[in-house]
Amino acid sequence: MQQSLQSPAFNVLWLQGASCGGCTMAVLESGHSGWFDELRSFGIRLIWHPSVSEATGAEVVAILDKVRARSIRLDALILEGSVLRGPHGSGRFNMFAGTGKSIYHWVAELAAVADYVVSVGSCAAYGGIPAAGINPTDATGLQFDGTAPGGALGEAFRSGRGLPVINIAGCAPHPGWIMETLIALSTGDLAGNDLDQVGRPKFIANHLAHHACSRNEFYEFKASAEKLSERGCLMEHLGCKATQAVGDCNQRSWNGGGSCTKGGYACISCTSPGFESSRHFLETSKLAGIPVGLPLDMPKAWFVALSALSKSATPKRVRSNATSDHIVVPPSRDGSKKIP
Amino acid sequence: MTRIIIGPFNRVEGDLEVKLDIEDGMVASAEVTVPLYRGFEQILDGRPALDALALAPRICGICSVSQSIAAVAALRGTLGIEPAPNGVLAANIAHAAENAADHLTHFYIFFMPDFARDAYASAPWHHAAAERFTATRGSAGREVLPARARLLEIMGIVAGKWPHSLAFQPGGTTRAIDLGERIRLLSIVAGFRSFLETVVFGDRLDAVLAIQTIAEFDRWRDGRAGDFCRFLAIADALQLDRLGNGPGILMSFGAYHGEHGALFARGVFDQASGGAALATTDIAEDVSHAWMRDGATDPALSTTIPDADKPGAYSWAKAPRLNGRPAEVGALARQAVAGNPLLRELVGQSGSNIRNRVIARMIETAHLAVAMESWIRALRLNEPFCADVRQPGEGRAAGLVEAARGSLGHWIELSNGKISHYQIIAPTTWNFSPRDAAGQPGPLEHALVGTAVGSDGAGSVAVQHVVRSFDPCMVCTAH
Repeated sequence: MQQSLQSPAFNVLWLQGASCGGCTMAVLESGHSGWFDELRSFGIRLIWHPSVSEATGAEVVAILDKVRARSIRLDALILEGSVLRGPHGSGRFNMFAGTGKSIYHWVAELAAVADYVVSVGSCAAYGGIPAAGINPTDATGLQFDGTAPGGALGEAFRSGRGLPVINIAGCAPHPGWIMETLIALSTGDLAGNDLDQVGRPKFIANHLAHHACSRNEFYEFKASAEKLSERGCLMEHLGCKATQAVGDCNQRSWNGGGSCTKGGYACISCTSPGFESSRHFLETSKLAGIPVGLPLDMPKAWFVALSALSKSATPKRVRSNATSDHIVVPPSRDGSKKIP
Repeated sequence: MTRIIIGPFNRVEGDLEVKLDIEDGMVASAEVTVPLYRGFEQILDGRPALDALALAPRICGICSVSQSIAAVAALRGTLGIEPAPNGVLAANIAHAAENAADHLTHFYIFFMPDFARDAYASAPWHHAAAERFTATRGSAGREVLPARARLLEIMGIVAGKWPHSLAFQPGGTTRAIDLGERIRLLSIVAGFRSFLETVVFGDRLDAVLAIQTIAEFDRWRDGRAGDFCRFLAIADALQLDRLGNGPGILMSFGAYHGEHGALFARGVFDQASGGAALATTDIAEDVSHAWMRDGATDPALSTTIPDADKPGAYSWAKAPRLNGRPAEVGALARQAVAGNPLLRELVGQSGSNIRNRVIARMIETAHLAVAMESWIRALRLNEPFCADVRQPGEGRAAGLVEAARGSLGHWIELSNGKISHYQIIAPTTWNFSPRDAAGQPGPLEHALVGTAVGSDGAGSVAVQHVVRSFDPCMVCTAH
């Protein structure tokens, strides 16, 4: 606190493009005494945020003009939501109200004066949900169009501090991912080599969503849930991509203790570019009875062999509980009355 | 006559642009422009039926559960199945938590900060309002944001996370709740109740919910502490019951269905003639002033195909109409339709206006806290939460539910297991619709007319109050 009073604030401008607003809703859960206090305690100043700032209308345009003219320093430009380039490259599917210009136009102008540019959420990072299907609005991410480098700002773009766009992927991202990244930027602790090849901070992306999954024992024994709400592993039948999706999802608690797999449904790999193009999200694609999407770095033959071995060794407790929605066989020592 | 343009319009969910024609310091007419179109109907077209459950909630980050349960209701309709009763209760619990969190977010983060503006610096109540409600700095933020986060821990238990969960399914919900989790849910709701009683109402919820008449309400609020009564005092001072009058027809699809019907009934409440049944076949979409291609008007058949250069159009939103007339939706409509005696009397006295919309949200929040407790207790922990249902295949159905901001409908048609038609009408599509072919303005366009802006022009705070009193969700509006 003391330090933040003395050192200059870290100025953040938050804009929403083609967003659902969910990333903002997530970050509003952050901070022990609320998000606003958390920002203050780290000396982060919101120059403007669409959901929480007092300034509106012409007051906002005046702020943006000062930022463009560099009379307000822009430490970080944050975009939430995809950039819509349509129709026909005009960006008119997403105008910034009151300015006569599209968000497509605004992000290019503002990114040019920003020390850091940050995508919050998979939409701003890679295009996300608006880019699904026929992509009716020509939606893209700031520096990636799905997995392809480029996007709204172009592959060569580097912000004032020489970094590509920092992509806090996720739909919506964990509030901790957003705030830890922002705070690390504000303290100068995040450099280019802290990002993976699609711009995600490695402290998030060096993990798999699978790590610390509460269904881990079921996974080890390939004891699989067959229907929704069952307790078993969701990978074999119910579409779970947690062994291929980056993110420390299950090492954190979402909304006080949850996660997708704890909630009883598959990881849909929302931190991956192009996740929106999958179909049948809650079914596992298989070839000859073997899931197409195997754990990231595991040879198929090994996986098949280990699965067969695991299945043959599955304790009755694990097998029975896997296909039930509550525990039907509690832990006990086999064949004895000894209490575990 | 002068024309002013206001935008970006923030502290709403999303962005909007308002054009006002001003004559003698008063709004003579208004045009509301929704500046964002993402094309969810086009994105969903041709997808496997259940993909709607992954995509549709992502229309909206603030009412994601509402979008989920609308999609679920539509899919259930095509299957003609009944979900597991526990799944219905669990969905109601999550949906109510979202609804209550949205009402809190609206009141404290979006709406009240306008009373802390310098424009009111000379008002006797301003100093206290500024201390409490100034955007990002008011003392209320330190209380309400943690209370909201704690309430949303319900999602961690019932739905894995929020926003955007796949826990809501045609058969019920994907997470069976055990005894420890039931107690944790009760503990979260008890904490929420305590927050409401000490910070918002300054009284027990039972006492708040026992208020039946305006006379009782006036006695109850007299000298009472709490943020709700702080608002009521400001509303008196600024005569907010005379500002932002809606078109007079209030509509609700009914909310929180269970074994004994809906907690809040479906219907229409006409300020002039009282309550009536809702015939959903009376709902039609008009695209005369939308950047959308003409087509069928029945949402079960209509299409959404953008036409950015359409002459005369000024918004990406279509104009839904009920029997050819604009209708207002939201907590006030929901409570008036459901027969809440206080809110019916208030609507009878002064119509739908800024003050009454806020009162309805707060009273509804009290209702929801109590309802959540009863649903949590009603869970039968040894019974299933998700019925085993077949894959959706063919058929047509509508999922009609209530989001925090009002009536939300998903109209679906499946053929061969795939989505062959999807139409969405969101709450703010109703409230912030553009004009229709008959030239009738949408509810907000109607409500802005007559607002005194004086010499403030685009800086008018009154306009801000009117717009935000609807708690618009602009990302849902054109979706």
